[in-house]
Amino acid sequence: MMSWITEIFSVLLSTIKDVAPILIIIVFFQLFVIKRQFAQLKNLMVGMVYVILGITFFLVGLDKALFPLGTLMAEQLTSKSFINPTTDQSISIAWQDYTWVYIFGACIGFATTLAEPALIAVAIKAQTISAGNIKAWYLRLAVSIGVSVGIALGTYRIVSGTELYLYIIAGYVIVIIQTMFAPKMIIGLAYDSGGVTTSTVTVPLVTALGIGLATAIPGRNPLLDGFGLIAFASLFPIIAVLAYAQITEWLTRRAQLKRPEEGD
Amino acid sequence: MFHVKNKFLKQIIGSILDLLPIFVVIFIFQLFVLKQPIPNVADIAIGTIFVVLGLTLFIQGLEKSLFPIGENMAYAFAKKGSVPWLLAFAFSLGFGTTAAEPALIAVANEAARIAADGGMIQASEQAKISYATGLRFTVAASVGFAILLGVLRIIRGWPLHYLIIPGYIGVVIMTFFAPDAIIGIAYDSGGVTTSTITVPLVTALGVGLASAIQGRNPLTDGFGLIAFASLTPMIFVMAYGMVI
Repeated sequence: MMSWITEIFSVLLSTIKDVAPILIIIVFFQLFVIKRQFAQLKNLMVGMVYVILGITFFLVGLDKALFPLGTLMAEQLTSKSFINPTTDQSISIAWQDYTWVYIFGACIGFATTLAEPALIAVAIKAQTISAGNIKAWYLRLAVSIGVSVGIALGTYRIVSGTELYLYIIAGYVIVIIQTMFAPKMIIGLAYDSGGVTTSTVTVPLVTALGIGLATAIPGRNPLLDGFGLIAFASLFPIIAVLAYAQITEWLTRRAQLKRPEEGD
Repeated sequence: MFHVKNKFLKQIIGSILDLLPIFVVIFIFQLFVLKQPIPNVADIAIGTIFVVLGLTLFIQGLEKSLFPIGENMAYAFAKKGSVPWLLAFAFSLGFGTTAAEPALIAVANEAARIAADGGMIQASEQAKISYATGLRFTVAASVGFAILLGVLRIIRGWPLHYLIIPGYIGVVIMTFFAPDAIIGIAYDSGGVTTSTITVPLVTALGVGLASAIQGRNPLTDGFGLIAFASLTPMIFVMAYGMVI
């Protein structure tokens, strides 16, 4: 019980430390540049307390319940005793041995992204200003699928030992081609969704997976090859959200084309 | 009162649904793939309640504070009509929120260790600290610059992809010249700079500006600030690796 209380206090303190510079900047500009009082100050303060307490409880809960088990699982799934390599790893590495790692990476990437608070915030905003044309839930689903594919491919890259930049450059080329054809209204949102996927929930679990994998495979340097999963998790959601918009547009166009035929 | 309670309950159920997939994945893998029992059931149960409560409070607070703050400031700046002050605000917001970001501090320390191992800097503690600090402020400055550029884009109404695609090309070109050891960190640094508090605030600022300025569409012009904030750190970190 004691450990919970000390943990809550230390996380609360560090959250306040994170928020402090933001609040100082906002208050400074509001009072000295805009030169106006805050409207509904009491409401804002209550909301801010909610945000700080919310992040604190969220982080403490993750730290106590999910991260220890999640990181332990990442280590176990990548350990030699579980993988039980079919080939002599000093000669060659069979990528098929690591199938459970790719599946775990895909599942955990999907699940953690769905719970990412920053993504929920952006999705709520997008639904509000698009007057419901973009559904918050579908957007989050598209982003989660993107992260899921990204992490699975990223773990495969670590196992196969191919260069990171090849994947990233190929991803950029796909994004650029999609940008030319996707509906204009989705582009900003799609680019943004790359950055919001990777914060509080996803990063610790995914990093543990990357480092565990790079440590377990002979010839990989955990410091060098352990990195790069986050980059995958930021790139593939862009492709997924653009694809979501393209598919939606295609479906509506097809439905519109069909209607006159039915009228004959 | 009943209405408020009802909304809160609804939000709690929403949070439970948001978090359910993580538990399902972890439990299935633990029980059926690794074939091991669930350890510390009590800790997991209390932790789960905390996570659900935390997410619920955060979302409630979001709509009460971070969204209105970002939007109101955007409207106030647009009404004031002072572009330099708005850009100064954008830069400070990006710089201030990033410089103290714990995830970035961790990445910067890691990068310093790699640089020392690779012989790019001296292996002394002092050299590592100065390398990490330099990197941290480089990234913070790059995020400040990103938000500034993004706000300028909203004011001017430039299409987002005219700026992002050259940015991608910049990343690709830099990749060929930057030291190998820094590339992974540089690519990852794009993802770690945007925290849970910064994202809603910056999104509300962008959308607010696009709604306040005539001729801008909140959907096409309002988003994109986060995209800049994830792109510029990659370029700046690789540049840092090349210069040092």
